[in-house]
Amino acid sequence: MSELEVRTYGGEARPRVGFFTDTSLCIGCKACEVACKEWNRVPESPQGFTGNSYDNSIDLGANRWRHVAFVEQRKELGVDGVAAGGLVEAASLESLVTDTGLQTYQDGEGLRWLMASDVCKHCTHAACLEVCPTGALFRTEFGTVVVQEDVCNGCGYCIPACPFGVLDQREGDGRAWKCTLCYDRLKDDKEPACAQACPTDSIQFGELEELRGRADRRLEQLAEAGLEGAQLYLADSSDGVGGAGAFFLLLDDPEVYGLPPDPVDTTRDVGESWAAVGVAAAGLAAALIGSVLLGGRR
Amino acid sequence: MTAAGSANGHARLGSFPAAVEREAPREARSYHGQPVIKEPIWHPEIPWYFFAGGLGGASAGLAWLAELRGNEVLARRAWIGALVGTGMSPVLLISDLGRPARFLYMLRMFKVTSPMSVGSWVLAVSGGAASAAGLDALLPPARRRWRRLLRVAAIPARPAAAAAGLPLATYTGALIAQTAVPVWHEARRELPALFAAGAAASAGALASALTPVAHAGPARRLALVGCVAELAIVPLMEHRLGELGEPYHREAAGAYGRLARGLTVAGSLLLAARAERSRAAAAAGGALVLAGAACERWSVFKAGFQSARDPRYTVAPQRRRIAGGRTRGASRRVVAAGAARAAGLAGRGGAS
Repeated sequence: MSELEVRTYGGEARPRVGFFTDTSLCIGCKACEVACKEWNRVPESPQGFTGNSYDNSIDLGANRWRHVAFVEQRKELGVDGVAAGGLVEAASLESLVTDTGLQTYQDGEGLRWLMASDVCKHCTHAACLEVCPTGALFRTEFGTVVVQEDVCNGCGYCIPACPFGVLDQREGDGRAWKCTLCYDRLKDDKEPACAQACPTDSIQFGELEELRGRADRRLEQLAEAGLEGAQLYLADSSDGVGGAGAFFLLLDDPEVYGLPPDPVDTTRDVGESWAAVGVAAAGLAAALIGSVLLGGRR
Repeated sequence: MTAAGSANGHARLGSFPAAVEREAPREARSYHGQPVIKEPIWHPEIPWYFFAGGLGGASAGLAWLAELRGNEVLARRAWIGALVGTGMSPVLLISDLGRPARFLYMLRMFKVTSPMSVGSWVLAVSGGAASAAGLDALLPPARRRWRRLLRVAAIPARPAAAAAGLPLATYTGALIAQTAVPVWHEARRELPALFAAGAAASAGALASALTPVAHAGPARRLALVGCVAELAIVPLMEHRLGELGEPYHREAAGAYGRLARGLTVAGSLLLAARAERSRAAAAAGGALVLAGAACERWSVFKAGFQSARDPRYTVAPQRRRIAGGRTRGASRRVVAAGAARAAGLAGRGGAS
């Protein structure tokens, strides 16, 4: 895994670390959200009652560095698939829903409940870091991406630059905040708070190389068990962000969890953007010269 | 509250059966309809800065060239535009910062991957040069020492302001293009040109309005060239955006866009038809064109927010890229467990 160059650290460079979040093991307990808040002293973020399953923290942001997504799905009933009994059950569930307006999660049949703990991806090619004009965002010796709060001047450029919508501005503070992958704990050889708090090992922390191997084996296992939607997300260095430090095993397409299916670090197009600026500036110069120097003096 | 929440849940369950989703790729799937990316946090200062920077940058070029051509009457007015435009720019930018006191941190480094970093340096050079040149052109001569220093400083400052004005008026296109906002990033080839056109139109319009008609010929021509370019580039950009052009026709972006077109057409017609003889027509036409250029920036600004807010604009184009084989996306599946292992895990790419 040579794609990430942490040249500036020389001998102080450490093996790249990250998270493998295996969503097939997530039980939606939100211990990660709480542990993260506690350890990092992230301010409270009351967002109200959403009605979106059990998700009331909504998304990642300045005050939510871990976020557990909850997705309720009608179980797929293929043509040749589940027996007619399943269909009947699904239909009766539907009528129960229409008749009474009551949700019966505990009935289970006909429903699938997906949960996934989302976090900053610590991309190999991190757009937030590339566009940061102050250098507040930097690459640590662990290969993670961190905002220095004493440098950030709240310009907000990283916020729309992130293809995952991870960063946001903290109200009343003005600066951008996000997951640090517990930079302080890493320096003390401790695992990040969320991973330590996760009771099912859905969030696994470790050296990236080792995690990727583990994820490959888990994916095979799930595929053999017939979970066709299972997919590794951001585990491949050839994707648009060069793979990520925090990658996922998902049971459905990424967008179902609010993740982009083909995220890219727009820095790869910066040459094109500058070329367009050059052409436009030349055009403006031509318009100025043409208007003033050609034609009449007055 | 609870009952309402449950009812929402059911409606969603009923309307998103997985099988149907697969057949309708245009209706991208999403997480409870929530955005994938964050909307920018930029305030109204930013579109006004786009406008002010364009006005200031192009005005400096107009002023210097008019000076070279010996049209001092026009040059003095154009320096006013340069002074006001580049003078307002840092004020607007600093007031938009979350930590305004840290504005100087913008010059901690120089990064070509960050148009905001490059732009900060461009603005520093352009603002300094335009201030010296503009103040020198406008202040009456005096025997004071500082006035003589200003006179000397203005000699290199005039061409410097004119040159730095070109990137100042155009880099803002790259600034917003280098984000994950779909309608901005996918318009990266057109946005700088659109902003250049708006800059030419507004610099020409302001100078036309301020300058006696007999001396304002070059300014009128510049305004008209800018207007025509602006009116031509918008449909080109929307055409190239394809379905992503949609936000430009909706909500605030659509309203500003239509307003911009109307004002630009009306203003340029007035400038072309009557401004050669009537100072009042020049002032009115100039004001209309200026307003049009400002509205065009607002349309672009708002379209970005609208496209960021709706997950379809993020997900659907990415899905199309994957479906069209232009990219593999970020997901890797095991096609068939046994076969995949035999093939060395087809989907794993560089992971091994």
